[in-house]
Amino acid sequence: MSATTQAARVVLGALILLSPTQALAQELDGPSSLAYPGPAWSPYIAGALIGVLSWLTFYFSSKPIGASSAYANIAGLLGKIVAPRKVDKLVYYQEKKPRLTWSLMLLAGIFIGSFLAAWTGNEITGWWLPPLWEARFGEGTLLLRLLAAFAGGVLMAFGARLAGGCTSGHGISGTLQLAVGSWVAIICFFVSGIIVAMMLYRI
Amino acid sequence: MITIIEKNSSAGDGFRQLILGLIFGIAFGFLLQKGGVAKYHILMGVLLLEDFTVIKVMMTAVLVGMIGIYVMHRMGMVEFHLTHTRYGANIIGGLIFGSGFGLSGYCPGTNAAAIGQGNYDGFAVIAGLLAGSWLFAEASGRMKDTVQTWGDRGKLTLPELLELGRGTVTVLTAIILVVLLVALELLTPR
Repeated sequence: MSATTQAARVVLGALILLSPTQALAQELDGPSSLAYPGPAWSPYIAGALIGVLSWLTFYFSSKPIGASSAYANIAGLLGKIVAPRKVDKLVYYQEKKPRLTWSLMLLAGIFIGSFLAAWTGNEITGWWLPPLWEARFGEGTLLLRLLAAFAGGVLMAFGARLAGGCTSGHGISGTLQLAVGSWVAIICFFVSGIIVAMMLYRI
Repeated sequence: MITIIEKNSSAGDGFRQLILGLIFGIAFGFLLQKGGVAKYHILMGVLLLEDFTVIKVMMTAVLVGMIGIYVMHRMGMVEFHLTHTRYGANIIGGLIFGSGFGLSGYCPGTNAAAIGQGNYDGFAVIAGLLAGSWLFAEASGRMKDTVQTWGDRGKLTLPELLELGRGTVTVLTAIILVVLLVALELLTPR
């Protein structure tokens, strides 16, 4: 089979899978995310530059971009302050000793870089409740939002450690190296993500 | 060829590596925000199948990254950094991760970017990420010999799975990504 026919098949399959779900989503009630501002730059430019950035991290640091493991690292460092002997007993921290790493600095940099981007583009938000959330759940739902955010964080950290990475580590760095597990993981991220988002906003 | 490997240092990575990490992080955060993926409604938008910005950013990053890393690897300039394919853990962990993604509306990297642009609800996500990481570490002993072993295929790659050359799979994947990106651009409002 030629490359183009194979590609055409995949696209056709994806579209067949996507269109009824999309039609269904539009029929259901709920605020539309499209009512709010889009990205400052073309997503293709931002994406391409992230691709170039991955070349640089591979070449200069011999590391793939990833975000979630840094949180495990911070949790371990905090654990070492509170209960150092406990940390030493945990299998995960025996294999990955909590310490100041490249990944931790990468995560710190994301806060700064995003602030600079939002600041230069006049996009600083400064709110606690996302407008889309407010449109769906009402104004006085901050506590509910924080609970959902916290629970989401717990699930993401646990899931990412089990799966071996997050949307960056698997979704970009792993897939671009053609790792099978990364393609499996990113599909699973979106499958359950779509289900939960639809339950929150469309049902 | 530049290799900086300080894996066995108990103090952590070296100074140069730490500074590089910070610089790359700043660039990454800047691009995430400019690409719109620090925004709650854009991240929820993709999960609601309305706004495909996230997919466009990711697919373009993978397309460009994949081709560059392939070429650089062929030239002996970089090494691969592959993780194990563990079908059980990839699927179960992936589904758990995704439900958290849908619930919070951010993922670990974009959450940091969201806070950077002033979405303070991201602080609750950070608290959750730390708690979840600790929970995982607590459970890591039990999972190591169970879930983590289910369907462990080592550092399996698509070329090995499909029994094709890496060059062929890279070209094929690139074609598929380009066709999907064109289709998304033509068929979706954003």
